[in-house]
Amino acid sequence: MDRFLFLTVDGLSHGAVYAAFALALVLIWRGTRIVNFAQGVLAVATSYLAYTVTGRSGSYWLGFLAALLAGLVLGAVVERLVMRRVADAPPLNAVIVALGLVLVGQGVLGMLYGNQFLPFPAPFDRSAMTVGGVPLVSRFDLFVFGTVLLLMIVLAVLFTRTATGLRMRAAAFAPPVARLLGVRVGRMLTLGWALAALVGALAGMLVIPTGLGLHPTAMDTVFVSAFTAAVVGGLDSPAGAVVGGLLVGLVLSYVAGYLGAGTTPLAVLALLVVVLLARPAGLFSGPQARRV
Amino acid sequence: MTTPRRVPTLVRHLAGAAVAAVVLFGLTYVLDPFRDYQLATAAAYLCAAAGLTVLIGLNGQLSLGHGALMAVGAYSVAMVQNQFGDHGVTAQWALVASLAAGVVAATLAGAVIGLAAARLRGPYLAGLTLVVAVALPAVTTVFSGTFHGDQGLSVYLPPVPDSLGADFPVERWQAWLALAAALLTLLVLANLVRGRLGRSMRAIRDNEVAASLAGIPVARVQVVAFVVSAACAGLGGGMFAVLAQSVSPDAFTLTLSLNLLLAVVVGGSGSLAGAVWGSLLLVLLRYWADELTGGLSLPAGLRTRLAGNLPLALFGLLLIVVMMAAPGGVQGLLSRAGRWVRGRLTGRPSHRAGLPAPDAEPPAPVASHT
Amino acid sequence: MFRSLHRGVAVATIAILVAAAGACSSSGKSGSSTAPVPGVTDTEVVVGTHTPLTGPAAAGYSKISAAAKAYFDYVNANGGVNGRKITYKIMDDGYNPATTQQVVRQLVLQDKVFAILNGLGTPTHTGVLDFLNTNKVPDLFVASGSLSWNQPKKYPYTFGYNPDYTIEGKILASYLKANFAGQKVCTFGQNDDFGADGLKGVQAVLGASGVTHSETYTVTNTNVGPAIAALKQAGCQVTVSFSVPGFTALAIGTAAQLGFKTQWVVSNVGADYATLAGLLKAAAGPLLEGVISDSYLPSVDDTSNGWISLFRRLNTQYNNNAPFDGNVEYGFSVAYLFVQALKAAGKNPTRQSIVDAVEKNGYSGPGLFKLRFSKDDHSGYGGLQMGKVQGGKQTLFGPVYTTDDGSGAVTESNSSPASPPDNGIPT
Repeated sequence: MDRFLFLTVDGLSHGAVYAAFALALVLIWRGTRIVNFAQGVLAVATSYLAYTVTGRSGSYWLGFLAALLAGLVLGAVVERLVMRRVADAPPLNAVIVALGLVLVGQGVLGMLYGNQFLPFPAPFDRSAMTVGGVPLVSRFDLFVFGTVLLLMIVLAVLFTRTATGLRMRAAAFAPPVARLLGVRVGRMLTLGWALAALVGALAGMLVIPTGLGLHPTAMDTVFVSAFTAAVVGGLDSPAGAVVGGLLVGLVLSYVAGYLGAGTTPLAVLALLVVVLLARPAGLFSGPQARRV
Repeated sequence: MTTPRRVPTLVRHLAGAAVAAVVLFGLTYVLDPFRDYQLATAAAYLCAAAGLTVLIGLNGQLSLGHGALMAVGAYSVAMVQNQFGDHGVTAQWALVASLAAGVVAATLAGAVIGLAAARLRGPYLAGLTLVVAVALPAVTTVFSGTFHGDQGLSVYLPPVPDSLGADFPVERWQAWLALAAALLTLLVLANLVRGRLGRSMRAIRDNEVAASLAGIPVARVQVVAFVVSAACAGLGGGMFAVLAQSVSPDAFTLTLSLNLLLAVVVGGSGSLAGAVWGSLLLVLLRYWADELTGGLSLPAGLRTRLAGNLPLALFGLLLIVVMMAAPGGVQGLLSRAGRWVRGRLTGRPSHRAGLPAPDAEPPAPVASHT
Repeated sequence: MFRSLHRGVAVATIAILVAAAGACSSSGKSGSSTAPVPGVTDTEVVVGTHTPLTGPAAAGYSKISAAAKAYFDYVNANGGVNGRKITYKIMDDGYNPATTQQVVRQLVLQDKVFAILNGLGTPTHTGVLDFLNTNKVPDLFVASGSLSWNQPKKYPYTFGYNPDYTIEGKILASYLKANFAGQKVCTFGQNDDFGADGLKGVQAVLGASGVTHSETYTVTNTNVGPAIAALKQAGCQVTVSFSVPGFTALAIGTAAQLGFKTQWVVSNVGADYATLAGLLKAAAGPLLEGVISDSYLPSVDDTSNGWISLFRRLNTQYNNNAPFDGNVEYGFSVAYLFVQALKAAGKNPTRQSIVDAVEKNGYSGPGLFKLRFSKDDHSGYGGLQMGKVQGGKQTLFGPVYTTDDGSGAVTESNSSPASPPDNGIPT
């Protein structure tokens, strides 16, 4: 029972990060209909910035804030300078461009910081606090849960209750109509990318302390897990991204705990096959409309 | 009015393949052994890339997992060849049997994935195949008794046939094998593409509902297309095993699947010639990026920082630039250039000026910008 | 309007010819010579290596080749070997065996190197064994403890360097048998031959029942929480870890978070104190105190050791004053051995003469125990000394233990290691 509880909390903690990252992917998908393969490298870049800022200033939170702000800026810059140029081309071109960005990003970061694992400590204690004799959840885990929850609330409020959110949804749902109604569609897309990069930066700050350290390839496996989570939940559904993230985190944790670390990719594959066989567009997909 | 007699497609393709074979095999004599090896590598990639470009460009199914299918082919070839080696079979035809086994195994794997993915579209198919690409190499660690985990297997290969002479470089022989496989793949695919299957695939890509209303069995065609591309990937993977004389999971990571996608799109999605360009570029671009950075003279500290990272960044930059400048890939660029030249030569604008080439992808319905 | 194969291939072949013509004209560059011995001219010897410079495996390992190059720069500044400067071509393979195939062929077929030195990685290097030996290229001092490099009949040109993992397992286990008798011993290993051979070695001495519980990790999955929790549940009092530095730090850190108290015994591969401390940062002091490990080279903290002071000096001058850790020391040591072998290969070295020189052995270097090279043994180092972290430093203690890959016993040796020559260049 101890083991099960530990694995559950561990899984939910990682799952919360995947959920956040999957949210970023869903954000960009809903706005532009492309899967942002460069999401991971943007998150790593902002984390490196946080590393430098924390190193110079001595304050973790200053670095944290810098990462979030840098995420906003970086996302907007990438959309304006790069993705906009391939928006009218077949969607696969955007995928290749994103992959190119990943290589450029990893190469540049490697050149600036070297290819060693840099220590990236967590802001809170990572040792588990015992509840009734069972080591359960650590302060850092609580921080992760809290931050991701806050993020989701903020995004939900932004999209459903603010005028900007309404404009963003309109721009994503029906761009020509929105344009006729006075929505600056291009600007909304840039804002969408900026927000997604912000979310990705946050996810990076939360997950990198739990790994081997800061490295240009640190977010690669997180991207795969988060993309799976987004697909499981349905790429059009933010709620699906969250549920998908938690599910993927739990599956990875249980399988690693009971069957061994090597089998985890196969378990994720099994999860995906089961979900997609039943619901080809993800768990939270609505009825599919087709133009005839 | 009588239609002019046309040479049947198959004959035309066979003739083309024969000419190409003569030219390419002659080329292997001109090139030095290292270039022959690069040519062989490009040919191995071509087998898989050609299948993938048909799947993505002509059928509209995006697969990010063809590296895993290459792995299936490669490991099958490795295990069958090692069985041959254990039993002392050193004949050359044994290699053909192993490659056939690799193709069959990859076809089966492709059938399983294709059936599971028959109802999936767009990013959902991409997601499934992505996870397949990551998960399949993990099979080698779970069943480490057979597959030897990360260590991998070495592949027993018969030596170069004595009839070719004692001084015949191994790399030229490897190039011959790989080129033969690539030409065979291109021949089969070219015929398929021009036939009924090709037409059905394109119909489904352009408008699935209309195709289904016209009587095309959509799900079946999707699965067949996937299986065909899987068979090609299996052959490519088998050639990988032959060229490397070993197989291990680290050689078949997600990066390989993404590299294949790169080759397809940069070369020109949907066209077999595009797959040729893409495979060549895949091998040559990294090499050129390495050479470029190796040639710079830098102080020691900077050199260590840049080593490895600068070629990586250059490669990525090249991809972005090519995609922005030539959205139809290299083949698209060449087609446009060809039409422009023909237009100038014949003195009248090409009929197709302004119309997209029939095989190009329909314009994507994305949000356009103000 | 031809979309058929015919035109495409025709255009393709034209392009290939053009590319080939351009490429052919550019081949025949640095290092290739008209001398009969590939890679050797009157003024230069060219050697190559494949190593991960990018990707997750690059952490730590990329420092090795830089340090070796720094040593060669020093030797070159002092006239080289028999008047020849050593050029070291370092190729990045990203720990991908397919890339290794390409770069090794480039080194051998195009750059025509004299030898391959210190190729890194078991899966990456296994793939090129056949190619190198068929082409009779000396494959010296492979950077891995796998048993594959010690096959003199099958691969006569290949030589290992690192002690085999089985030997290490046996030595660690026999130390535990003597000093931690009666305690529960568990292992935590990488799920490839590194962990598997290490476990085999441990079981050879302690018996299969002597290991209470075994856990493995895979390099692609950084969540070791479940594995460490399982070890905790099994009540392991001693945990032997066959892990690379990143995962050693992860395991020790995770154990601390879970409140799992155990005596960590770490393989030399993952025990470099400087690297671990760099990863664990503030927690390094208390967490790493008392960690036991082993080593076949002197500790980097041993300021009284002549080799360490020599290497530190050269590191400052020629290696850009990089942080001096176990990887840098390793790079210098391998390069030193290569220079010894090259000198012993004669005034006009050939590929065969350097292979003979290595087999003749007799080299004294920074290693704590002698190298095992001979006609029948291509393995490399076979002796290890135990070490312990005390007060933030790694100190070696006790005798040097040595054993074989099979069922031989672990014996002690008290041979004192040699001192470096005054100018740091082998005579």
